[in-house]
Amino acid sequence: MLKKIEAIIRPEKLDAVKDALEAKGILGMTVTNVNGRGRQKGIALQWRAGEYRVDFLPKVKLELVISVDECQPAIDTICAAAKTGREGDGMIFVLPVENVFRVRTSDNGEACLSVKQG
Amino acid sequence: MNSGDTAWLLTSTALVLLMTPALAFFYGGMVRRKNLLSTIMMSFAILCMVSILWIIYGYTMAFGPDFKGLIGNLAWLGLTGVGQDPSTVYATTVPHLAFVAFQATFAIITVALWTGAVVERIKFGALLAFAALWFTLVYCPVAHWVWGSGGWLAQLGALDFAGGTVVHVNAGISALALALVLGPRRGFKEGETMEPNNIPYVVLGAALLWFGWFGFNAGSALTAGGLASSAFIATNTAAAAAGFTWMLLGWIHRRPSVIGAATGAVVGLVAITPAAGFVPVWAAIPIGAIASIISYYVMVWRARSNKIDESLDVFACHGMGGTWGALATGIFATKAVNAAGSGLLDGNFSQVWIQLAAIAATMVYAFVVSWLLAKALKATMGIRVREEEEAVGLDISQHGENAYGGV
Repeated sequence: MLKKIEAIIRPEKLDAVKDALEAKGILGMTVTNVNGRGRQKGIALQWRAGEYRVDFLPKVKLELVISVDECQPAIDTICAAAKTGREGDGMIFVLPVENVFRVRTSDNGEACLSVKQG
Repeated sequence: MNSGDTAWLLTSTALVLLMTPALAFFYGGMVRRKNLLSTIMMSFAILCMVSILWIIYGYTMAFGPDFKGLIGNLAWLGLTGVGQDPSTVYATTVPHLAFVAFQATFAIITVALWTGAVVERIKFGALLAFAALWFTLVYCPVAHWVWGSGGWLAQLGALDFAGGTVVHVNAGISALALALVLGPRRGFKEGETMEPNNIPYVVLGAALLWFGWFGFNAGSALTAGGLASSAFIATNTAAAAAGFTWMLLGWIHRRPSVIGAATGAVVGLVAITPAAGFVPVWAAIPIGAIASIISYYVMVWRARSNKIDESLDVFACHGMGGTWGALATGIFATKAVNAAGSGLLDGNFSQVWIQLAAIAATMVYAFVVSWLLAKALKATMGIRVREEEEAVGLDISQHGENAYGGV
């Protein structure tokens, strides 16, 4: 059984989250710069005179595929590392994954997850 | 013939030429990413087109032998009789062709200035057609009125050292007319966010404008000496005073913004343009500072009213900055700086009225003709891109290119 974690976090928390996951043996991930909003909505920026609202704030999206047993510990790790307690800390989505293949070897399933063994 | 004057005028010509690509980046950074190339291309294409029109018929219309104070006649069509010897009326210490080249760069940038009003939605063909017509029917006559030998505003005694009325009021008011006919960008009235794509480009453009403006103003002395030096330091002082003032205005309201400081510097340069070679250096401080205050609040008013999408505020910056500068010339001009002009500072109150008359004449003429030209083009070839072309952006729809290619 495989799960995909999509974590939207603060860009400045990326290194902390990556290091915390690595300490738990979780290495493989994909990172994207994204823009989005939650309840916090947006911020006002300066135009030449006056200001304008930007509804979407820059965030980082972290995607990792993981075995179901590792899933909850990984989520806890991300939450602990990414949390500031203020609005805008982000969200985590968990999705079921049908299968996973490694391009180089065509291995599939849990055998090809980028997780340290043991 | 004076080799020092010639060297300085040719150098100034190159400096002023650089201002048009500088303007391209100043404007280009302020639009959305999908219209960056299109905005840059407006200035670049105008640079090419007006350069050619200038030597064919523009120079003789603006500076050729006078016809009733309104326009130059066609005696110098294709630069006939205009050669390496000095002119007897303009810049008499340098080759006539050096003066032709110097003035070409003014015509080019004036046409490019109003493009800030029409970005992100005008058809490229219509832009070129309007530019050619506007150059012919607005720029050349107004340049003749103020700078041409026998021009009626020159006869009246209007002072315009480097183009407060001819360049800035002229382009600023025309920008307003054009924006009114063209209509707002889609999403403008709904308050859609239109984020500048690259503020560093705006600052780069402003800095290069500042640099080129030394040629614009100090070059307008047409000689390399004391007057050029006075205009040079006045130019730098006004830009600095206005940039700093704008930064403070932004700070009072919220933050000292970078795009604001860059805009302020340009507004200060606009305001000192007509005054540079007539006013004492200290006067550049109030001229620059007040220019920023006026332009800033006109811009705030335009943004809040949310009716007119004069997109990059050419009217607020150049129209109002130029108006204040032309008026300030009537206030601060003194014979101690330049024997050719005295204003309120010398007790000559009438100069203020003459300056106001020159501003009013330029505004009325340029607004009416620009509005009529835009209406005529709208009725014939059409001036706006289609809705889907506007949505995808003018870089792709008008030029078939992407500013930033690749994945």
